[in-house]
Amino acid sequence: MITQAILARLDLRGRLFLGAILAALILVPVLNLIVPAGSPLHVPTWLVSLLGKYLCYAILALALDLVWGYCGILSLGHGAFFALGGYAMGMYLMRQIGTRGVYGHPVLPDFMVFLNWKELPWFWYGFDMFPFALLMVFLAPGILAFVFGWFAFRSRVTGVYLSIITQALTYALMLAFFRNDMGFGGNNGLTDFKDIVGFPVQAQGTRVALFALTLIALAGSYILARAIVTSKAGKVLVAIRDAESRTRFLGFRVERYKLFVFTLSAMMAGLAGALYVPQVGIINPSEFAPGNSIEVVIWVAVGGRGTLVGAAIGAILVNFAKTTFTTGALAPYWLFALGALFVLTTLYMPKGVIGTYAEWREKRREKASLAAHAASKPAE
Amino acid sequence: MRITRLPLTALRRLASCLFLGLFLMFGPQTHAALAGPLEDAAELFARDSFSDTAKAIELLADSGAEQAGPAIEALNDRRLFVAADKTVYFRDATGAFIALVTGAKLPAEPSGGSGVRVNNRIRSAINTALGTLTLQAPDPAKRRAAAEAVFKSRSPDSESALQAAIRNEKVAAIREIQQSALAAIIATSPNRSDIDRLAAIEVLKERGDREALTPLNQIPDSAGVNVKDAAKAAVQTINNRLATWSAVQNAWYGISLGSVLLLAAIGLAITFGVMGIINMAHGEMVMIGAYATFVIQEIIRQNAPGLFEYSLAIAIPAAFIIAGTIGIAMERLVIRHLYGRPLETLLATWGISLILMQATRTLFGPTNREVGAPAFMSGSFRIGLIDITYGRVWIVGFALVVFFAVLALLRFTPLGLQMRAVTQNRRMAASMGIRTARVDALTFGLGSGIAGLAGVALSQIDNVSPNLGQSYIIDSFMVVVFGGVGNLWGTLVAALSLGIANKFLEPFAGAVLGKIALLVFIILFIQKRPRGLFALKGRAVEQ
Repeated sequence: MITQAILARLDLRGRLFLGAILAALILVPVLNLIVPAGSPLHVPTWLVSLLGKYLCYAILALALDLVWGYCGILSLGHGAFFALGGYAMGMYLMRQIGTRGVYGHPVLPDFMVFLNWKELPWFWYGFDMFPFALLMVFLAPGILAFVFGWFAFRSRVTGVYLSIITQALTYALMLAFFRNDMGFGGNNGLTDFKDIVGFPVQAQGTRVALFALTLIALAGSYILARAIVTSKAGKVLVAIRDAESRTRFLGFRVERYKLFVFTLSAMMAGLAGALYVPQVGIINPSEFAPGNSIEVVIWVAVGGRGTLVGAAIGAILVNFAKTTFTTGALAPYWLFALGALFVLTTLYMPKGVIGTYAEWREKRREKASLAAHAASKPAE
Repeated sequence: MRITRLPLTALRRLASCLFLGLFLMFGPQTHAALAGPLEDAAELFARDSFSDTAKAIELLADSGAEQAGPAIEALNDRRLFVAADKTVYFRDATGAFIALVTGAKLPAEPSGGSGVRVNNRIRSAINTALGTLTLQAPDPAKRRAAAEAVFKSRSPDSESALQAAIRNEKVAAIREIQQSALAAIIATSPNRSDIDRLAAIEVLKERGDREALTPLNQIPDSAGVNVKDAAKAAVQTINNRLATWSAVQNAWYGISLGSVLLLAAIGLAITFGVMGIINMAHGEMVMIGAYATFVIQEIIRQNAPGLFEYSLAIAIPAAFIIAGTIGIAMERLVIRHLYGRPLETLLATWGISLILMQATRTLFGPTNREVGAPAFMSGSFRIGLIDITYGRVWIVGFALVVFFAVLALLRFTPLGLQMRAVTQNRRMAASMGIRTARVDALTFGLGSGIAGLAGVALSQIDNVSPNLGQSYIIDSFMVVVFGGVGNLWGTLVAALSLGIANKFLEPFAGAVLGKIALLVFIILFIQKRPRGLFALKGRAVEQ
C-alpha cells in the first residue's frame, strides 16, 4: 500500500534513483563485509566512509534544492544548519567518551577540563541521551530556521537580500563557534569520538551501518521532498518561485509556505550534518564558513536545480571530483576547476546535468515526432 | 664664594689631569694607554679611597656611557666591586655581573671581588651624579624619560636634582613633566605644608592622565581635610577627562575602521547598488589592488629606490587601471550574459573570485607579502591623551576623497549621467541613444577600479595575502545593504556608523562578540527596513 503510494508519486527518474540507492544498500555492505580483502571487488572501509560522506552532502544538496529549486529561496547559509546538526551529534558523541578522555573526567569533555571549567554548561545537559541528541539534531537547526525565516519572510526579505543575510548568519555563527567561551570546543571543535549508541565509531561494522543509515536517510529525504513538491503545496511553492506577488494576490499566505519549506529543509540539513560527523570523526567551526554554503549551491546547480535527484547527483559528482583532484598532483588547480565550474554551469548549463539531459531528450522526442508526422503526411 | 670656588674646581681638574697624566706615564697597566673616562673611572674605583671614588663618579656621570647610570646606582647599593685583578664590575638589578669598562655581561663573578666603600659624602655625590646623568642629560628623550621615572618613583631624594633640572630645562614639554614629578613628590611625601600640597594637586590635575591618579590617591593621612578634598575632586576631574578621551579615541578608531569599510564598500555600492549585480569577486578586486601596490613597490625597489616615497602615488592609478580592466573583462565575458538573473550572477562571480584567488596564490605564493609604508605615512602625533598615526589619517582622508570623487563623477560627468539614466530606465536610455552595454561595462569597471583603490589603502594596514578580499566581502555587503541600495550617501553613513558602533562595542563585548552583535543587528535591521537606511522611494522600489 505505502510502497504503491510512494511509487505513484515518483517519475522514472525517481524510481531509478531509489533503485540505485537500494542497490548500493545491498552491494556496498556485501562487498565490504563478505567479499575478502584481497578480492578486486572488495570495498575498503575507508571508501565506505568516504561514500557515506558524499551521501551526507547529497542530503544537504537535496535540502537546498527543496528551497532553492522549488521555492526560489537561495540560502547561502545551509552549511550553518548542517553544522548545527553536526554539533548536536558531536555533543552526544563527546558525552559518550566518558572517562576515556585524555583527562579522564567522568562528565566534562577534554576541552572543558583543559579550559579549567568546573561544571557542564546548561546547554550540554541531556546530550548523554541519544534520543535527546537526535531530537536536537532536528530542533537546533529547525528552530533557528524557523525564527530566522519568521522574521525574514514576514518582512518580505527576498532574493539577493535574503541570500546575503543568510550568508551573514552563517558567518556570525562561525565567528561565535570559534570562540572558546562558547563551550563548543572553539577552534578545534569536537573530535576524538569513541562510541555511538554503544558501538565503537571506528569499527568496520559501525561504519557500514552508518553508511547504510545515510543511504536510508537520503532515500527518506528524497521521498519526503518528492511528496512535498508533487503535492498541492508543492505547486504553490513553484508559484511563489515564479511569481511571488501574484501568488500572494491570489490569496495564498506566501510566508507560511516559505517558512514551512525553509524549516523543513533546515532540519534535513541538520540530519545530514548529524550523519556526517560520526563518519568523518570531527566537527569544527570551519563547517560554518560562508564558502562551504556557497559550494553546496554549486552542487545543486551542477546537478540541476529543481530536480531533487539532480541535486544529490551533483553533490556526489562535485565531491568525487574534489577528492580526485585534491589528493593528486593536481591539488593546486582544484580551485581553478571549482571556479570554472561555477562560471560555466551558470553560463552554459543553467539547468544542470539532469535538466540539460532532460531538455535534450525532450527535443529529440519532439524532432522524432515531427519527423514521424512529416513522414506520415505524404502517405495520406 | 664664587670666586674662590672656581679656581678650586679648576685646580681639582688640573690635579686630576696631572694625576692621570702621571698615571698614564707610569701606570703599570698598558691598556690604560687607550684610556677613556670609563677606564679612568675604573682605575679610580679600584683604589677604593673616598676622594678617588668621588672623582670616579664624576667621570662616570660625564662619560654618557650606557652603563654609567646603573653602575652609579650599583655603587649606591654597594653592588660595585673590584676583583682581585682590579677589574671593576657591578651586579645589576637582574643579578648579572657587568664589567664597568666594557659594559659587557661577565660569564661569572670574578674572584676576590670586594665592594667599593661608600660614605655620606659619596652618597650625596652619587645623588648629584644620578641627577645630572639623567635629569639633565643632553638628549631630550633621556631627560623626558628620567623625569617620567621620577614621576613614577616619587622618591623625595630626587627633589633637589629635579629642582635644579627645572631651572635649567629649556623644553617646555619636558619642564611640565618635571614639574608634575615634583608635584607628585610633594603631594605624596610626608611633612609638607598644605599650601604646597594644594599647589601640587593643582599641577597633577593639569597633567590629567592615568598616571596622575596614582599620586593623587596616595596623599598621606597627615594632610589636611581640604587637601584630601582637593585630591578627591582632582581625581574626579581626571576620571571624567579620561572617559571623554577614551570615547574620543573609540570614535577615532571607529572612523578609521569606518573609512576602511567605506573604501571597500564604495565599489560595491556602484556594482550592487547602481547596477544590481552581486559581485562576490569584489573582495578579490580589493586584493588585486593590494598586490598591484606590492608589485609596484618591488619594481621601484629594484629599479629606482629613490622613487619609493612616491610608490603609493604611482600605485593608485595602476591599481585602479588593473582592477578596472579585470572588472571590464569580467563584465564582458561573464556577467553580461547573466543580467536579470541576480542569483546566477552571484554564483558566477563567486567562481571568478575562487579563480582569481587561486591565480594570485599560484603567482605570488600563499604567504603574506610585505608592503612598505612611505615615510610620510609612518609616525604618529598626539592630541590630548590619544596617539594618532599618520597612516590612519591618510586612509581616512583617502576614503573621503574617493567617496566625493565618485559622487562628483556620478553627478557631474556625462558618463555619470549615462550611468544614472541606464539605472533608472534602461530601455528609455537605450532609446535616447545611450549605448547601454558600453555603460554597463564602464560602470562595472569603475566599481572594480575603486575596489582596487581600496586595495592600495588596505595594503598599508592589513596583510597582503590571497585571502585579503574574503575578509572584507561580507562586511562590505553589510555596509551597502545597511545603507540602502543605490544611495552613496547611505553607504557613507552606514560605513561610519558600523565602524564606530563596532569600536564602541569592543571594550564591552570583545572584538568577536561585538562583530557578531553587529551582524545580528543588521540581520534584524533588514527585516525591519528591507531596503536599508536610505531607501530609494518611488517607482524604482517596485522593480
